[in-house]
Amino acid sequence: MIQEQQWLLSLGTFLPLVGVLVMLFIPKKDEVAAKGVALVTAIATLAVGIYTLVQFDYDQSEKLQFFTTNKWITPIKATYTVGLDGISLPLYILSMVITVLVMVYSWNHVPEPGNTKAFFILMLVLQTGMAGTFVAQDLILFFVFFEVVLLPMYFMIGVWGGENRQYASLKFFLYTMFGSALMLVSFIALFVVTKNAPGVNPDDANFSFQWFDEHGRDIARDTAIWIFAGMFIGFAVKVPMFPFHTWLPDAHTQAPTQGSVILAAILLKLGTYGFVRIAIPFLPQAAVKWAPIIGVLAVIGIIYGALGCLAQTDMKRLIAFSSVAHMGFVMLGISTLTDLGISAALFGMVAHGLITGMLFFVAGSVKERYHTLEIKRLSGMLLQMPKMGWILGFCAMASLGLPGLAGFWGEFPAILASWDPLSGEGLPYGGLSVGLYQGLTIVAALGTVLAAGYLLWLYQRTAFGEVSAEFAGTGHDAHGHDSHGHDAHGDDHSDIHDVNTFEWIAWTPLLIAIVVFGVVPSLMFDVMDPAVSLITDRFGGK
Amino acid sequence: MFSFASPVVDFHALAPELVLAVGICLVILVDLFVPDHRRWVTGTLSGFVMLAALLPVVTLSVLGDDVRSALMDGELNQGITGRYVVDNFALVMKALFLLSGYVVVLLSANSIEEGGYNQGEFYTLLLSSVLGMVMIASSRDLVSLFVALEFLSIPAYMMAAWKKRDRKSNEAGVKYYLLGVFASAVMLYGMSLLYGLAGSTLLTDIAAAVQLDGDKVGVQVLGIVFVIIGFAFKISAVPFHTWAPDTYEGAPTPVTAFLSVASKAAGFVGLIVLVFIAFPLAQDVYRPFMWVMAALTMTVGNLVALKQKNIVRMLAYSSISQGGFILMPLAVAFTNGNQGASLRAVMVYLIIYAATNLGAFAVIIAVSRKTNSGEISSFGGLFSYAPGLTVLMTIFLASLAGIPPLGGWYAKFGAFKAAVDAAGGWGYSIAVIGAVNAVIATAYYITVMREMWMKPVPDGDTTPIKVPASLQAALAICGVLTLVLGVLPGLIAKVGDITDLTGALLP
Repeated sequence: MIQEQQWLLSLGTFLPLVGVLVMLFIPKKDEVAAKGVALVTAIATLAVGIYTLVQFDYDQSEKLQFFTTNKWITPIKATYTVGLDGISLPLYILSMVITVLVMVYSWNHVPEPGNTKAFFILMLVLQTGMAGTFVAQDLILFFVFFEVVLLPMYFMIGVWGGENRQYASLKFFLYTMFGSALMLVSFIALFVVTKNAPGVNPDDANFSFQWFDEHGRDIARDTAIWIFAGMFIGFAVKVPMFPFHTWLPDAHTQAPTQGSVILAAILLKLGTYGFVRIAIPFLPQAAVKWAPIIGVLAVIGIIYGALGCLAQTDMKRLIAFSSVAHMGFVMLGISTLTDLGISAALFGMVAHGLITGMLFFVAGSVKERYHTLEIKRLSGMLLQMPKMGWILGFCAMASLGLPGLAGFWGEFPAILASWDPLSGEGLPYGGLSVGLYQGLTIVAALGTVLAAGYLLWLYQRTAFGEVSAEFAGTGHDAHGHDSHGHDAHGDDHSDIHDVNTFEWIAWTPLLIAIVVFGVVPSLMFDVMDPAVSLITDRFGGK
Repeated sequence: MFSFASPVVDFHALAPELVLAVGICLVILVDLFVPDHRRWVTGTLSGFVMLAALLPVVTLSVLGDDVRSALMDGELNQGITGRYVVDNFALVMKALFLLSGYVVVLLSANSIEEGGYNQGEFYTLLLSSVLGMVMIASSRDLVSLFVALEFLSIPAYMMAAWKKRDRKSNEAGVKYYLLGVFASAVMLYGMSLLYGLAGSTLLTDIAAAVQLDGDKVGVQVLGIVFVIIGFAFKISAVPFHTWAPDTYEGAPTPVTAFLSVASKAAGFVGLIVLVFIAFPLAQDVYRPFMWVMAALTMTVGNLVALKQKNIVRMLAYSSISQGGFILMPLAVAFTNGNQGASLRAVMVYLIIYAATNLGAFAVIIAVSRKTNSGEISSFGGLFSYAPGLTVLMTIFLASLAGIPPLGGWYAKFGAFKAAVDAAGGWGYSIAVIGAVNAVIATAYYITVMREMWMKPVPDGDTTPIKVPASLQAALAICGVLTLVLGVLPGLIAKVGDITDLTGALLP
C-alpha cells in the first residue's frame, strides 16, 4: 500500500456532489447555468482523474495507491477505506471520461420531458456512485456506492426514457434490488464466518478488503460455496449474465441515450468488477467450484445474445443484446481463473465501455434525426449522413472484434485463455476441467462469427443502399455542422443533418481511444497485469 | 399506624418528567386565558416544553453516569431502588420520544388550527402521551410499566378521534380504544400471573422466578405470552394489527404520524425491557413466539401494502411491516451472545425509522393541503410542480426501502446482522425471510415514486404548494437526519456503548 496523497481519491469521488450542492441553488429556469456548473464540475473531476493518472506509480501497479483508511461506522466495524490499483484505475478514469462526454452530448440533447437541472444532477450523483465503487476497499463502503447508482438510473430511465419507460425502469430496479439484497446477506455472512473462525481474534475482524483477502480463503468450502452463491446472484444480475439478463434489453431500449451510454459503459462493469475484486479473490475455494458454471452461463450468454441480436428489428435493442454477448466474453475470461483470462476480461470491460457506449451515442443521434430506430425503415445512411455512417461502420467493426481496434483485445485473449484454463497438479484449490473449457472455446469462437454476422447485417441494412423513400430529400449535408439546438420532436424530417459540433466533441475522444488501445493494448495490459497476478497467484496456476 | 414516607428522589434524573408535567399544566392555563384566534400559542408552547424537557436528558447523558435510580430507598421504606431507572438506554429513548413529539407538534400546527379543532386540549393530550412514553423508558417494574403504558395510550385514543364530525375519525378512535383496552386487560392478566410467581413486581425478581423450570412452567408460559401479546397490540404486530390501518386512515394525519412512530417505539421499549430484564432465561418461550410474529408481521404487512390505493393506508401497512423488521433482532436475542447487537439494532432501527416515517408523513400533510386527497394517484406529477417535496419524499421512501446511502439501509443492516449473529436456524431463516421482504417492500415504495416522477398531474392543476414554516422545519429535521444517519450512522454514538440492560440495572 502506498499512502501518499490520501485525499486524492476522496476528492475525485465526492467532487461531483459539490457540484450538485451548487446546482441546488440555481433556479430551475436558468438551464444554461445548471448545465454549465454540471459540466465544469465533471471536467474538474476529470482533471482530478488525470492528475491521479499522472501521479499513479506504474511500476507498482499491483499495490493499492493513494490508500487511506479511516473510522466510519465503528459499531459494525466498517471503515472508510479507499485505494486504487491497476485493476480499478482504468475503470475509475473511464467513468470520469464518460460522464464528461455524456454531459457534452447532453448540452443540446436533453431528452423529453426536459428539466435540464434534474437530469444533470442525476448524472453527477451517478458519477460519485460509479467512481466510489471502483475505489472502495471496504465491503460496506463498496455496497453503499454500488447502491447509490440505483435510484439515479431508475429515474433516468423512468422519467426521460422511451414509451415503455415505466415498465423498463421498474424491472431494472426490482432485479437489481433482488440481487443486492442477497449480496448484502452474503457479505454479512462472510464477515460473521470469518470473525468466528477458530484461531481468529473476533475483535480484529472488520469489513476491509484486506481482512477478507487474508481470511476468506480459510472458510470451509461448503460454506464458501453458499456465500459465493449470494454474491454470484448480486453481481450476475448487474453484469448481466444469462439467465438474469432480461432487464437489460428493456432498460437499454427505453433509457435515454445518455442513460444507455452510462449503463453500457460503466454500470454493467460494476458486476464484473465485483467478481474480480470480491467474489473470486475472497473465496478462491468456492470460485474454483463456481467457475465452470460461470463459464457455461457465459457461453450461453454469448450465443443467446448473438441469436437475440439477429432477431431484433430495433437498432438500439440490437445493441443491447450485443452487450449480453460481449459481457459473456468478459465472464468467460474471468471464469478461466488465469492471468490471461482475467486480464482479457478487464480489457474487454473497458473496450466494451468505449465501443458500446459509442454505438449507443450513434443510435441516439440516429433516433433524433429519423425519429425511429426500426432497422427496416433506415437505409442509405452513408448517402444521407456520410460521417455518421462511417462512424457507425467503425464502431460496428470495433464491436465485432476487428484486430487493430480495442474490441479485439477483449475477445480474442478471452477465447484463447479458455482453451487453457486453470489446471494442473498440486493446485491449492484444485483445477478446472480442461475438456469442458475447450468445448466452451469452440462454442465461443462460433459466437464471434455470429457477432460479425449481426453487426455487418445491421450495417448493411442501415448504411448501405439508397435512402429510403420516407426520408429521401429531407437531409442536406451543407447543414451538417450546425450547432444550434433544434426541435427534436417536429414531424417533418428537415433536420436530418450530419454529425454536429457537440457530437464531434463528445465522440472524438472515444473514437481515438478505440484506435489507440487497439494498436497499443499494452498501455492497459501493463497496468493491469501485476494486480491481476496478485489475484491469480492464490490459485497456483499461471 | 400507617404513615407515608417519601423515598429519596433524584431530581436531576426525574427532571424530564417534571418539566413535562409542569408544561402540561402551563398549556392548560394558557389555553384558558388566550383569546380564540391566538390559541396557536399553545402549540408553540408545547414545542418549547418538549425541547425544554430534552435539556435535562442532554445534561444527564453528558454527566455520563452509567445508571442512576430516580427513586431510592429512604430510611423508612425499602425496595424502591431500581424500579425507575435512568440509564443510557432510557436516555436515548427519551430523547427519541421528545424529538418525535416535537416534530409531531410541528406537523400538527397548521392542520389542527385550520381544522378548527380544540388546540389547547390537543396539545395537552399530546404532551401527556409523550410523558407516558418518557416514563416507560425508565420503568423497570410491572406497575410503573403498566401505568406508563396507560398514560401514553389513553390520550392517544382521544387524539385518534379528534376530527369530531368525521365518521372515519370516530371509527378510528373507537376501534383503537376497544382493542387497546382489550390488550391492556390481557396484559394485566399476564402481569398478575407473573406477580403471583415472583411475589414481586420488580422485573429482576421476575427474571429469577421465570426460568421455565419447577412445577409451574405452564403458568410461567401463560404469563410471558400474555404480557407479550399486550405489547404486540401496541406495536401492531400481526395478528394483533387489525386496528392499525383503520385507525391510521381515520385519525388526523399528524396523529397517525405520532401513532406510527412514537407510540410504536414505546411499545418496543416495553418489549425490550421485558425481554432483556424479565425474560432473558425464558427464550424457549418468547423466541419461537416472537419469531413467528416477526415473520408474519413483515410478510403480511408487505403483501397487503402492495394493494393499497390510499397513501396513509399504505404507510400504515408499511409501518406494520417495518415493525416486523424491528422484531426480528429482538426475537433472536440472547442467542449465541448476540444480545448486545440485538439491542443496538432495535434502538438504531427505531431512531432512523422515526426520522424517516415522520418525514414521509410531513410530505403527505404538505401535499394534501393542496390536493385534499389521500389517494396515491393524487401524487401524480408532483415533480413538475413541487420538486423539493418530491425529492424529499423520494429520500424518505428510499430510506424506508433500505436503499443506501439513506438512513434506512443501516437500520436494516443492523437487524440482519443481529439475526445472522445469532447463527443457527432461527437467525438464518428469519434473515432470509427478511431479505425477501425487503425486496417486496421496494415494490410499493417505488409505486409512489413512479407516481410522483413519471405520471401526469391528475387534475392538471400545477400551482406550486405553499409549505407552512412549521412543516418546513419538520421536513428539514427529518430530511437531514435521514441523510446524515445514512452516511454517518456512527453519530448515534450513545447507542454504540450500550451492550446490555441487565448489567446496567443496579448501581
